[in-house]
Order: sequence, then structure tokens, then C-alpha cells
Amino acid sequence: MTLMTNSIFSLLGEGRTSLWLPSNGSNFAGDIDWLFNIILWITVFFTVLILGLMVYFVIRYRHTAGRMPEPSTSHSTTLELTWTIIPTILVLGIFFYGFRGFVDMMGAPPDTYDIQAQARTWGWTFTYPNGATDENLHVEANRPVRIILQSSDVIHALYVPAFRVQKYVVPGRYNRMWFTPNFIRGTGATTETLDFYCNLYCGQLHSNMIGKVYVHTTEDYKKWLADAADWTKKFTPLQAGENFYKKSGCMQCHSMDGSLGTGPTWKNLFASQQPLADGSSVLADENYIRESILYPAAKIVKGYNNVMPSYLGQLKDRDIDALITYMKSISENYKGSPDDLNPKMPPSVPVQLNPLDPIIH
Amino acid sequence: MSVTLPAGQVYVPGGGGGKPAPAGDNYLNHGTSILSWALTLDHKRIGLMYMVGVLSAFLLGGTFAIGLRTELFDPSPFFNKNSSQAWEFYNHMFTMHGAIMVFLFIIPAIPAILGNMVLPLMLGAKDVAFPRLNLLSFWIWVLGAVLFTFILLGGVVRVSVPAATWNGWQAALDGLHIGWILPGGLDTGWTFYTPYSTSKSTAGVVPATMGAFVLGFSSILTGVNFIASIHMLRAPGMTWFRMPLFLWAIYGTALIQILATPVLAITLMLLMAEKILGVGIFDPALGGDPVLYQHFFWFYSHPAVYIMILPAMGIISDVISVHSRKHIFGYTFIGFSSVAIALLGFLVWGHHMFVSGQSPMANAIFSLLTMSVAIPSAIKVFNWVSTLYKGDVRLTTPMVYALYFIVLFTFGGLTGLFLGAVSTDVHLTNTYFIVAHFHYVMVGSTLFAFLAGVYHWWPKMFGKMYNEKVGVIAATIVFIGFNLTFFVQFIAGSLGMPRRYATYPEQFHIYHQISTIGAYVTACGLILVLCHWISSLRSGKKAAANPWGGNSLEWHIPSPPPHDNFVGKPIGNDPYDFSQWKETGENVWEFDPSVSPTPIRARP
Amino acid sequence: MSTISPTHTATDPHGGHGDHAAHPAHLAHHFDDAEQQYTAGKLGMWVFLGTELLMFGGLFCAYSIYRSNFPEVFAYAHQFLDRKWGAINTIILIASSLSMAWGVRAAQLGQQFLLRVMLLLTILGGAGFMVIKTIEYTHKYHSHLFPGRVNKFSAAYAGEKVVLDSFMSEHEGSEGEPAAKGESTAGMKTEAAPAVPATPVPDAIKPHLTVVGDGPVYIDPNAGQGDAAKIVPNFSHPAGLTPAMLPASAAEAHVSAHSVMVHDNLTLTEQKRVSTFFSIYFLMTGLHGVHVLVGMGLIGWVFLKSLGGTFGPEYYTPVDLVGLYWHLVDLIWIFLFPLLYLIH
Repeated sequence: MTLMTNSIFSLLGEGRTSLWLPSNGSNFAGDIDWLFNIILWITVFFTVLILGLMVYFVIRYRHTAGRMPEPSTSHSTTLELTWTIIPTILVLGIFFYGFRGFVDMMGAPPDTYDIQAQARTWGWTFTYPNGATDENLHVEANRPVRIILQSSDVIHALYVPAFRVQKYVVPGRYNRMWFTPNFIRGTGATTETLDFYCNLYCGQLHSNMIGKVYVHTTEDYKKWLADAADWTKKFTPLQAGENFYKKSGCMQCHSMDGSLGTGPTWKNLFASQQPLADGSSVLADENYIRESILYPAAKIVKGYNNVMPSYLGQLKDRDIDALITYMKSISENYKGSPDDLNPKMPPSVPVQLNPLDPIIH
Repeated sequence: MSVTLPAGQVYVPGGGGGKPAPAGDNYLNHGTSILSWALTLDHKRIGLMYMVGVLSAFLLGGTFAIGLRTELFDPSPFFNKNSSQAWEFYNHMFTMHGAIMVFLFIIPAIPAILGNMVLPLMLGAKDVAFPRLNLLSFWIWVLGAVLFTFILLGGVVRVSVPAATWNGWQAALDGLHIGWILPGGLDTGWTFYTPYSTSKSTAGVVPATMGAFVLGFSSILTGVNFIASIHMLRAPGMTWFRMPLFLWAIYGTALIQILATPVLAITLMLLMAEKILGVGIFDPALGGDPVLYQHFFWFYSHPAVYIMILPAMGIISDVISVHSRKHIFGYTFIGFSSVAIALLGFLVWGHHMFVSGQSPMANAIFSLLTMSVAIPSAIKVFNWVSTLYKGDVRLTTPMVYALYFIVLFTFGGLTGLFLGAVSTDVHLTNTYFIVAHFHYVMVGSTLFAFLAGVYHWWPKMFGKMYNEKVGVIAATIVFIGFNLTFFVQFIAGSLGMPRRYATYPEQFHIYHQISTIGAYVTACGLILVLCHWISSLRSGKKAAANPWGGNSLEWHIPSPPPHDNFVGKPIGNDPYDFSQWKETGENVWEFDPSVSPTPIRARP
Repeated sequence: MSTISPTHTATDPHGGHGDHAAHPAHLAHHFDDAEQQYTAGKLGMWVFLGTELLMFGGLFCAYSIYRSNFPEVFAYAHQFLDRKWGAINTIILIASSLSMAWGVRAAQLGQQFLLRVMLLLTILGGAGFMVIKTIEYTHKYHSHLFPGRVNKFSAAYAGEKVVLDSFMSEHEGSEGEPAAKGESTAGMKTEAAPAVPATPVPDAIKPHLTVVGDGPVYIDPNAGQGDAAKIVPNFSHPAGLTPAMLPASAAEAHVSAHSVMVHDNLTLTEQKRVSTFFSIYFLMTGLHGVHVLVGMGLIGWVFLKSLGGTFGPEYYTPVDLVGLYWHLVDLIWIFLFPLLYLIH
């Protein structure tokens, strides 16, 4: 019940001015909302007209004992042409404004900066102009940005409701979208958080393929970019490994507590013997793990399917090293010294992980 | 254009000359063995067999719908452990719901059940043009349904054994290249989009596409049959413009069935070749184009939407006219708008790919054409409403369904404008707005028209009347439930709720809860409808030949019709001229040959 | 306005249904007369042929899109098709269409013997076509040009001996990285590793290939050892792949060979795409072949009926309809032949 009450309050969320549309987060929202509302009013007008007439006729001419239908004409060319021509004009108008809005969305201005978005089952990697990567989308307020979309496996779609933008992410082809984000709740904050979704069904964990869009102020964005570009300044490899585990999509399929998932669990994986589908087995050493990350189809563990996307080009060498360090730390089979796993940084530095935003309430 | 009988001829309802059927003999009791049903060439019996099959499919698809809505009411209990099975189960459910409802229910519902049942009766013919093909098409439908059931069973096995065991089985069978023996359900969505369907999904894709392929042939054969019947078997005097509008609608539908379905067949064949053999037409790694599949698929599947809605519109035209005792308003416009919708429907498929990255020019053309479909649809709605004007409106069960249809179709049609305009579609596509829109059109409209048609022709089909009060109450419950379910989905969708999500962010919770409650109400209403039918069959009053005073030819023969429909040849007349029928009792109308039919030109 | 013409009286000209004796044996009860039945059958058949055309239309559409995207792949791959057999087949089918049309004429004129001979000739033509098709398919099978994941041009192709074994035991999706796995993992340290791993050139097809003369030699670090590593990179030849666009020495090398283009000159991706060409080839000719078989069956059925002297000027609908179907099958082949065999 509390849930329900909360939900009712969230009906008109922050920054929203309409029952129908989310808050206005980009340069496109104004135009699209305007057209949406026009069509909405056309809809309301015709609904009221048609249903009103219908209800009136049904009541006025309902059957009573002995009543006969009154004579009336069975067609009227004038009337029928009227309701052919008026809708024609209306839909032509709607088409015109709809297409004009779309043309705006096609032509990016020359001064954009590019963010590469790589979609895979089931997660995203955004690569920023300075080489930083993140699973969430960070953009600068009031500056046009172009997102270049590519997919590692199947078709996905990037959809940001607050920006009113959406595009398929098609394997074998680059798709692009652009927009200029703005602050919804006015000034004061340095960042603002919105939702984005994968909006084309892509399999098992499609509904987990969602993330956050962070809109930063200019200074804040610069700072974030610099921090994001180099994790070695902030994290030990072990911390970074855990971070990659959570942020790069490993967690969706590989558990760290031994439970079954889409892929083999990582608990006690490192340095163990992995039985393969072809009947042989392999020692899960650094080479094997690196190969499995970059060429997942090379060796399929017995009982699992070949569904993992390749991380070639998405994870750098030191990122993979960090992941291996993390895997060592949760494997009893690893016989090395614990110190090896955590050498570089004094433990006093606070670990600032981006917690995975709760998907389910 | 009144009918003038040759000198010396007297009009006889149901035709004249020849020997009448023995008293009490009708198509239901003309032969009682199982084979007399299974191998029947009688279009009416084939229609009834379709009815049993298609409604069973509806029950199955509906069960999945209730399962989906139950899960979405509050997903948290299902997903609290680190297991992928719950997600997978949801994906299988929505796929099976969509595939069963589209391929096994909505597409065959009106053409195959009601079309088969009344098309020859309305034409004044003894049967469809090719009765053997008609029977074949039914059994092909059954084969398709069996393939779908096969996947379903596979899905049940899959969720009931541990994942590791399952994977072991599958690896073993894949090694022998017979992975499809263990289909393991279907999780691609009913659209089978590549490359997901060819590369990642379960082996169930093969039997499912095979099933849809086979069902396509059933659809083609029905279409060929109806086209030839309408061209060749119209009763003397029945000119094209004296056909009941239901026949115009069926004609448009049949055109789509024969023009679009073969393309679907070949598309699915390519998909199967890709899945089994690794052909690369849709595979980007081999230079193929995954979006090409979507073009192929929607080239069929968008017209298929009109396979669903066009015959529905035909039913509504007939029901509204008969039950308001008024000549249909603007016959010619309605007839031509059916054909216009059928033809325009072929040119709009690209609006499913507005955000796929196709060229802006393509988007412009598809958007413009999509918009233009709104015009014939609008004409129809206005003409229906005008038909009520100065009529004698009787709120019988079929009429109530028809009026609800107008409401739902108005909502469904007008919300299509949001999706036809490219820029708003960018925001709304693949959200719950789409889900709500097509449910209003495909379920709201088609299902309500189907029920209107079933109730309208029920006395003719079974020779039994039913309790009008219960019928109207059930209709109202379904109507309220349906709106409760889907209206909120418009709001959730325009706020950005993506479709096909097993879990969802907190802010959409309220909409899903309302929607689920609505789904339960709808289900209760539909169960009531089913009980209503059963009670009518068991204890309904005997129906007169013409319980509504309709004038199309099926009302001129006894209820239920005899095995051979007509004795001799009937004369085609203006089906919407009711002046020769006199109400002589409750739901009993008698033909009065002493009244001369109203000449169309002379009608005020 | 319109009055009912005297021929359409309100009474049934056949005296009502159930009186089968009044009908000719072949007239179904729901038709008025033989002419109506014939016209209905013909209309239905034409509509059905329309759906057949649309079905093939889907394949033609796939063909044209793929061909316009990758013209060089088609230009290369069609060399593996034998024009001689294709041309003979075309002639056979056209001839059988003639005999079919003659047969229809014979049926209309009631020339029973001629009808039977013509139907037999048509069946013979169909059989001849299928025999030649079988010869062609067998050749392709022996040279490992079949549709499927493992054929001569696919990355997993491993030579004459093992190919069928690997085809049978091949695990879904596990192909694709044959060369990249194994001991060469060290090579993967570089991020520039190619997404599509290199393929060893199988021994079995080496005899068919012309070695490219002085072309640049590029050693793929991931490609294993020996000759397999000598993969010609795709930048060595521009996309067209026609001899004119090849380096002079390579073009000369071709002149001595019997074919215009050689396997080596295709990039790895193009080699993979060639197998898609063969898939399209097999799908189109296969579907057409199924139609030929169905047509032969139908003509056989008509032949059996003709033995009883069923057909004559009064009733020749089945002969006519089957004839229409056979002409359609012929027509489709007339499009398939140039599109597949005669490409430039």
C-alpha cells in the first residue's frame, strides 16, 4: 500500500508539467511536446465529437415499442467529402510538423563532441573523447553532443525519454544521434540524473540493460572526464577489478558466490580446471581468462552456451589485469600471496564505487 | 437499382425451385460421425471447426497475457535471487502470447470463422468456390497450431529442469544437428527479429517460424477461395455494389492475404535457412543486413494488421445497419475505403523502422502514407455514426459490442497519429504507448467486432437465441476491463516505459498495477461471455430464420441453415433495405412480399 | 435499373441440388454450369500463381540487395556454375512448356492420344531438368560448395577429409576463431588484433587457386604458422576485384589461369560472403526444383486421368490449370538462369 501511495505521488514527478510526458531535458523536447499536445487535442476533439454524437443518437433514436425508423438519406456526397477533406488537411499538417521535427534530429550542428556508445547483451560502454569509458552516459549541459552507436552482437536501441531521442543500435553499421541536454530543475546542482533504456528486445536480461544519464555543468564535466579517464589514480587493481565486474556487464551472467547463472561462476574459478564442451579441460590461468574475455567463443565451458559478447576494444590490458586480480581474490585455488593482489595504494583512500542503481524497488 | 423480377416470377425467400431440405435437417445434424465433420466440405462446418480451434488458441494466448500482467503487477518476488530463469520465463511468456494471438487467433479469427460461416450465405451460394481447398486450409491451420504447441511443451520442459541438465541435453542434440527437437520455448518476441533470433535465441525459433510459415499457407488458401467465390458465385442480381459490406471487407482482406503472406513465407524460409545453415542474408558478419529482415517482415506484418481490422470493420457496418434498422450511410465510401485501406496498407511498413537509421526520405514517404491511412478510417467511423441518425436503435448484444467497437477504434485510430508523425514516434516507438495503441486496434477493435459478429450470427449458426441482458452486461465488463488495462499504458508509454521489460523502474509501478487489475476484469468478462454461449447452446430459445430483420441473404433461409444453404438460386437484393420485413414477435421477422422494396434512388 | 436477365432466372437450371444425375460428373454441386466452374478455377489458379510470384519475389529481392551490395562476390562466385548445363536446362524447360501448351490444345480438341503423348513429353522434360540439376548439385557437393556453415568458403573449412566430420560435430557458434585460439594467445595482447581471425588456406583447394605473384605479403600474427600466415590483406586490391584493377603482375598471373578471378584475391570477408552467394543459389534453385517436382506430380495426375478419356472439349480445366502452373515454373527459371549463371 505504501508503494501505491508513493507511486501516486510520483505521478507528477520533479520537473514535469504534463501528465503525459516526462520532464523536458533537451533541445528537442519543446518541439516534440508541442506536436504531441496538438495531436492530443485533435484526439480529444474528435473523440468527444464522435462519442458525443454516437451517444446522443443512441439515446435520441433508441427503440421504443412501435417506433419506426424515420426516413432519412442514405448518403450525402457533400457530407462525406467534408469528412474526407478535413481529416486529409489535418493529417497533412501533422505529417509536415512531424517530419520537420525529425529533420532537426538528423542534422547535427558542426560543433558537437562525440561519444561512442557500444551496446552488447546486456550492457553499455560509453567511450568519451579523452578515452575514458563508463557504463553510464555522462554529458555536458547546454552543449550539443553526438552519440555514435554500435553493437557487438544483436540490435539494441538507445532511448532517453527525457531527451525524446531514440535510435536502433545495429551491428555492422554506425547509427548516430545528437541532442543538447539541459538542466531540468534549474540551477543549483552540478549534476542531474536521468534514465536511459535499451528499447529493442535483445534477450534474457533486456530489462536490465538500463542506465543513467548524468548531465553535468561544464566544470563538473571536465573534472569527471579527467577522473574517469584513469582509474589507476583512484583505485587499486583489486578495487578496479570489482568495479569492472559490476560496470562492464560481467555481473549479469557470472556470479561471485557460486550460484548458477548464464555463465560460469567466478567463485574459485581462477587456477581451477574448467571442463569444456568438447570434452577436454583447460586450466583457468591468465591466458585462458584473457582469451575468454576477448574471444569468448574460443573455449566454451561444458553446460553453457556461446552467448558472451567479445570485449575486444572495450577493455584495455590493464582493465583485464584488474579483472584477473579480482578473480584471484575470490578463488581458493589461487595460491599466491594476498599482498600481490593489493600492492600499489595505501588502503586509506576511500573506495568510491558507483553502485548499480537498483532496478527493482 | 431495384430488382425487377422477370414476369411470372414470385420472390421466394431462400430461393425458389428445387426440392427443399427435409424438415429438421440442417448442417449441424446432416451427418453425425466424426469423419462427417473432419472431412466435411461444408463451409459452415469448417467455420465451426475453425471456431473451436481458434478460440482454444485464444484461451491459451489469454492465459499467457494474464501470466504477464500478474508478473508485472509486482515483479520483485520473482527476481530476488541471482537466477536468470525468471527473466527467461517472462520473455517466453510474452513471446508465446504475441505469437499465438497473432498467428493463431487474430489473423484467422474473423475471415476463417465468420467469413467461412457467412460468406457463401451472403453471396447466395451453396459453398465457397473451392471446398476442398477450404478443408485443406483448415487442416494446415491445425498443423501450424501443433507446431506452436510443440514449442510450448518444449518451454515447459525447459523451465522445469535445472539449467545445467538442459544445457547438457541441448549440447548433445546440437552435436547431432537436431537441436530443434528440444525447442526450449521461444524467446524472440513474435517478430523473430534478426540477428537475435538467428544467433542467440533458443532452437524454438525453427519450429515457430515453420509454424508461422505453414499458417501462412492456410491463410493464402482461404484468401484465394474467397476471392474466387466473390468473383464467381454472387447470386443473380447481386452486383458488386449490392454486396453486403462485410463481403467488401473480406474481399480487401483476401487481397492482402494473397499479396502479403507469400512474402512472409519466403522471409521465414530465409530466417530458417539462416538459423539452420548459416546463410548470411541477415547476418552483418557476412555482409547481410539485419534491418532488411525487418523490412521483409513488416512488408507482410503491417498489412497483416489490416487482415485483422478490415473484416472487423465489415462486421460493424452490417451490425450497425441491421440493429438500427437504417440503410447504411454512404455505402460506396465505406466499400471503397475498405479497398483503399487494403492497398495503402502495403505501402506503410517502413513506419516500424523510423528509428532504425533508414534514410530520411524513406521516413518521409512512409510517414506520409501512414497518415493517409487515417483518412479512409475516419470516413468509416463518421459513416457508422451517421447510420444511427434517425434510426430505430436497438441495444442488442451485437449492437452494444459494435458501439463499444466505435469507441475503441476511435481511440486506437487517433493514437496512431502520434505514431505516424515521425518526430513523436521517435519518442514513443517501442514503448507501452505502442503496446496500448495496437491492443486498442487489434484487440479492442478486432475482438469486439468478432464478438459482435458472433452474437449477430449466433442465431443463424446454432439456431438458438441467448439472454440479451447477460450479453450486454458481459460486454460492458469486458469493455471496462479493457480500457482499464490499456488506457494507462498510453500514459506509461509516453512517459518512457519500454515494452518487453520484465522489471521496471519504480515510477511506472502504479500504471502496471492498474493495468493488471484491468486485465483481471477483462478476463472475468470473457469467462462470462463463454458461459453465456454455453448456456445459450444448452437452453437457448429456438431462433427464428430472421431474428434481427436483416435483409442480406443469410437471413432468408432457416436457422441453422440446411446443408445446401439455398434451395435453388436466391436473388441478390439491396442488403440494407429492411422495408420488406415485418416484426411479428420478439426476435421474429417475417418477409412480406406484398411490400415492394425501396428503390435506392427514390429513398428520401 | 438493372433487370435480371432471362438466363439468370430465380429457379435453378439444374433442378435443385441433390439431384446429381442432372449434373455432368465433373460439375461440383455449388456451380451453375461448367463454364462458371472453369472460370472460377482459372481465376483461383491465376491468384495462386500471383502468390507464387510474390514468394519468389522475396528471394529475388534478397538476391538484388545482396548483389548490389557485393557485386564482386557475385561476379566471382558465379564462375562455379556451369553455363552449359544451365543453358541445356533452359532449352529443356522451354520445350516442355511448348509440349504442355500443345497438350492443352489437344485436350480442347479432344485429341486423346496426342494429349497423352504431350503430357508424357512434358513430364520427361521435367525429369530431364531434374536430372541435370542433380548432376550440378552433385558437382557442387563434391567440391564442397553447399549451403551451410561449413563449406569451401567458410572460415571453419578445414579441407577435403575433415570437412564432413566437422560439419557433423560442429557446435553452434563455435566456429569463427579456429586460428585465433591455441598457442598464439600471446598475439592477442595488441588491441589491433583483427576482429575476424585469419583462416588457413586448406590444402584441398590449393590446386584450384592461382598463386598471386609479387603481391605484398602480409603476415598475420594470429594466423598460425607456415603458408597459412600468408594472407593477402584486403587493402592490397581495391574492391572491384576485376583483373583491370589488380596489380599488373597479378593480372598476368590470371591470364594463364582458366578463371577471371581467384580465391586468393578475395578478402577473408568476401570469401565468407561467397558462401552466401551459394546459399542464395541453392535456396532459389532448390525452391524452383521443388516446384518442378510438384508440377511433374500434377502432370502425372492429369496423365492418369487422361487415360480414362476424362478430358475433351467439354471439360479440360485440370489440364489447363496445371499447364498454367507449368508455364510459371518455366518462367521463373527463365529469370533464374541469367541472374545466377550469366552474371558479368
